[in-house]
Amino acid sequence: MNRGPQSLLFEASRPGRRCVRTAGADRSAAIVGLPTSELRQKPPALPEVGELDLVRHFTRLSQKNFSITTEFYPLGSCTMKYNPAINEKIASEPAWAGLHPLQPECDLQGALQVMYELQQDLGESTGLPGVTLHPAAGAHGELTALMVLRGWLEDQNQPQRRTILIPESAHGTNPASCTLAGFKVKALKAGPDGMTDMDDLMANLGDDTAGLMITNPSALGLFEVNIAEICRLVHEAGGKVYMDGANFNAIVGVTRPGDFGVDMMHLNLHKTFSTPHGGGGPGAGPICVTPELAPYLPEGVVEKNADGYHLARPERSIGRIRAFHGNFLVLLRAYTYIRRLGAEGLLRVAQNAVLNANYLRVKLNKAWRVPFDGLCMHEFVGRPTKEMRDAGVHTIDVAKRLIDLGIHPPTVYFPLVVNEAIMVEPTETESRETLDEFVDAMLQIAEEAKRGDEILHQAPQKMPVTRVDEARAVKKPILRYSPEN
Amino acid sequence: MRPSDRSYLESHEWAKLDGDVVTVGITDFAVEQLGELVYLDLPSVGDSVSSGDAFGEVESVKAVSDLNSPVDGEIVAVNDGLADELDALQTAPMAGGWLIQVRVSGADAMDGMLDAAAYEELVVAQS
Repeated sequence: MNRGPQSLLFEASRPGRRCVRTAGADRSAAIVGLPTSELRQKPPALPEVGELDLVRHFTRLSQKNFSITTEFYPLGSCTMKYNPAINEKIASEPAWAGLHPLQPECDLQGALQVMYELQQDLGESTGLPGVTLHPAAGAHGELTALMVLRGWLEDQNQPQRRTILIPESAHGTNPASCTLAGFKVKALKAGPDGMTDMDDLMANLGDDTAGLMITNPSALGLFEVNIAEICRLVHEAGGKVYMDGANFNAIVGVTRPGDFGVDMMHLNLHKTFSTPHGGGGPGAGPICVTPELAPYLPEGVVEKNADGYHLARPERSIGRIRAFHGNFLVLLRAYTYIRRLGAEGLLRVAQNAVLNANYLRVKLNKAWRVPFDGLCMHEFVGRPTKEMRDAGVHTIDVAKRLIDLGIHPPTVYFPLVVNEAIMVEPTETESRETLDEFVDAMLQIAEEAKRGDEILHQAPQKMPVTRVDEARAVKKPILRYSPEN
Repeated sequence: MRPSDRSYLESHEWAKLDGDVVTVGITDFAVEQLGELVYLDLPSVGDSVSSGDAFGEVESVKAVSDLNSPVDGEIVAVNDGLADELDALQTAPMAGGWLIQVRVSGADAMDGMLDAAAYEELVVAQS
């Protein structure tokens, strides 16, 4: 990473410098017909630089990217998984990248075959054979599934079932999706072991229960050991179980949610199936459902018959939830990943993700406090010890210090059920040497924290931008350049 | 220990009964846990609140948290200007940084809340 200082393009500006001079352009011709009152009196205050200065500016800026291709990135909860280069190679082939969604179906048979086989693969790996690839992200998948649930409840003549139970260890998008889909949310407590409190679950099940949304493995990196019993109880009460599959990368190939009683789930293709991660999109959050709920899926499910592949509208479909066919090139990357690894490879992905997380947990659980210190899944939650907090050190200081040691900070202050949480997810692709470097960094910071070293409050020191006043950045943001700032 | 003239919720709100009006705020422990505050959303006078339901939210650099009402009733006063000047909430959440006042009916409005000693135990356990 390039850690040198970075000037703004505005600061490099010198009057009259240009990248390109267009000869003979008649500026007045472009503005014919516009009333003179609407015309600028002065040219806009854009930076003026030569082409080489411009190229260097943006190249240096791009080298400042603190990313998984340059540094270890153990961002728990959000799975910053390495995206294999072959995914990009295939998705950039003109045969795929040049497709237009309005081409006739007979022209799109290869693409539809990929979508059909991806539906089959996701249905097989979750044990939930009804699949739509359309949702554009995980939270969109949640919303789609809840709309499917509402369609089903209406057909069952059970519109009064409007409450969704959500354990407090769930992802924050779950309650938001419920509210958007017209449901009410009731939070369930977690027991001291981090598992859903079964008494609280039973006390809250009733005639108004539409279902339960559960993140499994949970945001604490724990597998919900009572999941089969939880599903049974919710079904007995007349509801359905939705599983947030954001953490499916810990269990893919090991177990299938459909087999332990889940009715619907979404998959974040960027988390489990190595497609690029967010940053404004595009993403993909397919949902998988039981055969009973499949008739309610959105329009645009790919079906196969003697003539080939077709887009179909399920019988009781909730309608369209997205234009065209979902983010096809993202789907293609996931398909590539699955075909490259096969069932055995996917199993090893899950095993290595869990092994790496447990390796770090065991190496760090003496110097740091690990509240739920049993076997974890693909991630675990730690926090500073009392000794460190008494020395005035907070999680934010630890996160900032890691940056100076060349490591992207893990997720901090989430999940909310653990104060001062630091959530670590190494993923399956890291070597033992990299994991050991992280351990060394964390042990060094633990020593600094026990002493309450000042460096922790000033970090990062080695970056182009040092400690930011986050509160001021929110309260008094500077959104436009002006020479006075 | 925190003042015994008021009651507390496990979610770190405090409530102080004076006649039939309850003043509601969040504790200094809540503020310390949240870190620097950046945004506060409060309801209006005349709105009704229900015990256990959110009546607003507070945002810090770390998280957005619901403000939970300890009582049922109608809001008779809101700490005007607090949302624009969060220093009072940051520095004196148990006094000048109060949030809302609620008119309640019945002397049992505060039943089920924690007293100062029980809240102290909770804080120690969560520290």
